[in-house]
Amino acid sequence: MKIVVCVKQVPDSAAKVTVENGKVTWGDAPLVINPWDEFAVEAALRQKEALGGTVTAVTIGGEGTKDALKHALAMGADDAILVNDPALGTLDTQAVAQLLAAAIKKIGGVEMVFFGRQAIDGDSGIVPAQTARLLGWPSLTLASVIQAEAGAVRVERSTEEGRQIVKAKLPAVLSVAKDYGEPRYPSFMGIRKAQRAEIPTLALADLGIPAPAAVVTWPEVMNLPARDVKCEIIGGTPEEAANALVDKLIAEKVL
Amino acid sequence: MKTWVYIDHFQGQAIPASWEAVGLGKTLGAVTALVFGSGVEALAKSACEYGADEVLLADDASLADFRAETYASTLSAAAAAGTPGLLLFPTTTRGRELAAMAAIDLKTGVLVDVTALEAKGEEIVVTRPVYAGKIMTKETCSTRPYVITLRGRAFAKPAPQAGKTGAVTRIEVRGEALTSVEGYARGESGVSLADANVIVSGGRGISNNPALTPPAGLDEKAAEIWKAQQGFAMVNELASVLGAAVGASRAAVDAGYIPYAHQVGQTGKVVSPNLYIACGISGAIQHQAGMRNSKVIVAVNKDAEAPIFKLARFGMVGDVWQIVPALTAAFKKKLGK
Ligand SMILES: Cc1cc2nc3c(=O)[nH]c(=O)nc-3n(C[C@H](O)[C@H](O)[C@H](O)COP(=O)(O)OP(=O)(O)OC[C@H]3O[C@@H](n4cnc5c(N)ncnc54)[C@H](O)[C@@H]3O)c2cc1C
Ligand SMILES: Nc1ncnc2c1ncn2[C@@H]1O[C@H](COP(=O)(O)O)[C@@H](O)[C@H]1O
Repeated sequence: MKIVVCVKQVPDSAAKVTVENGKVTWGDAPLVINPWDEFAVEAALRQKEALGGTVTAVTIGGEGTKDALKHALAMGADDAILVNDPALGTLDTQAVAQLLAAAIKKIGGVEMVFFGRQAIDGDSGIVPAQTARLLGWPSLTLASVIQAEAGAVRVERSTEEGRQIVKAKLPAVLSVAKDYGEPRYPSFMGIRKAQRAEIPTLALADLGIPAPAAVVTWPEVMNLPARDVKCEIIGGTPEEAANALVDKLIAEKVL
Repeated sequence: MKTWVYIDHFQGQAIPASWEAVGLGKTLGAVTALVFGSGVEALAKSACEYGADEVLLADDASLADFRAETYASTLSAAAAAGTPGLLLFPTTTRGRELAAMAAIDLKTGVLVDVTALEAKGEEIVVTRPVYAGKIMTKETCSTRPYVITLRGRAFAKPAPQAGKTGAVTRIEVRGEALTSVEGYARGESGVSLADANVIVSGGRGISNNPALTPPAGLDEKAAEIWKAQQGFAMVNELASVLGAAVGASRAAVDAGYIPYAHQVGQTGKVVSPNLYIACGISGAIQHQAGMRNSKVIVAVNKDAEAPIFKLARFGMVGDVWQIVPALTAAFKKKLGK
């Protein structure tokens, strides 16, 4: 089974992200693999362990985003591919999806493609379904249980209303929900292997497509409006404090 | 602006954010509601009562369960013919997926999980939180139609006008389903945190009650969970007096106190109730990402330095085991329950 997992590099989830001089900044916080994508790598590796095959990690981004690929390699992915080209500008979800769909076709013979649920920078959660649409493959998003066998996959999806059980033929696109199970830590051997790995780059000419342009733009980024809340500490015995709080909430028409 | 609104529903029950989208659409002009499913004429009727001027109805046995591919093909074919300037969806699992696919078909972009929208003539600029709500961005799209998903509770829900009607046009199902739905598994049922007006949440602090004696024979971990369950029973009581949903921090979920469906935060649900009561939650940045937009936040924590107090409008410094039951009693008394 040939498996691909798509990963993105993002600022650490604990980073203090702000806008300075009209630009987004996260100070000296590290860039890491998107936390949701670790679940995707975990799911890809478990499928490989159950069915045999290979796991290839793919990212679209600059040279520095190879670190996200190295994390996937350290977790156990067999190889990795960077998609990068000087002609690529800022991307939006449909541009990323076009590049990923082209890369998946270029790799060839892929039966399962795993995605994270969403990237924690843009918070879109759109790329998996868009890539599936471009490939014409079934889209099985938010999978929490995945059972694949020759040519088919059965998935339990975590939706707002509970678990939906869905079947589809392979090849298919899957995104992985948090309740799939905790991603493994990179092993010592894996980290060493990842450090030595040669990561090839695919350019637009290799993919055989023109540079997809972003149609969604961010004309302005803004810090949050100052939350002019001053916390009012309510003291007294628990009973006094509770009664005082309820009176205030009623007076402010919160209830 | 010619606006189409996808009415998201689960087995015929509309998601409230669908009506919020109709309400927003009405501020921009005429609204066409898209109602897809099997046996969903009643929803078409409701859409008109909530303000839709007309309905495009795809009602067919093959649409009984949401299937991204056929729903998207049906929608895209209709949009290619009807040329709306704006397509609105609620930001639900289905809404996101449908918007994503329709945008590919219509060769346009998607603006996701939007919390404010400005229209100047035929141009739209939206505002949305990014980086887990740490910053906001204005966003627009150079191609048409605009495809936009709206965050629940960010826009006002219109009052329905009983008896208001509109033209209902039936449309054909397009595309081929690539998945088959086998059914729905039991287990964590939907916890309607996203729609809740009041949420009471518990964190790791909930299990911290040295005075409780667990039943004999439990190991340390089981004893902690037992204590946490007593803690969540206490939280549940407060929630039931307030008609509130119950939330939790990731620490509480990871420790096995309560199912993941209750988790609020960056890797859980994003909520925006009128009132959020955090009990024994420190207020880590990833938790804040999920609840920062609550109108009024009340924090109960024994540590006066806990970051949650930086966000809270009201704080009570002390032991949840004393304060939460006192709150339950006070609300009961003052709300006449
Ligand atoms: C990638 C990533 C994603 C994450 N996503 C989420 C997320 O979605 N949601 C989330 O919540 N967290 C998330 N986290 C975890 C987050 O960083 C915190 O670890 C978590 O929110 C802490 O939960 P807590 O406040 O319940 O526990 P703690 O931080 O341990 O706080 C417990 C609090 O209870 C108080 N307390 C203890 N005993 C009592 C008592 N008897 N009475 C009153 N107060 C008491 C303490 O003073 C303390 O402030 C994420 C972390 C990472 C790295
Ligand atoms: N630049 C990228 N390179 C590779 N995969 C990506 C990229 N951007 C997004 N993805 C994948 O798509 C998922 C959803 O991203 P998004 O729709 O941007 O929130 C992520 O979790 C990744 O698996």
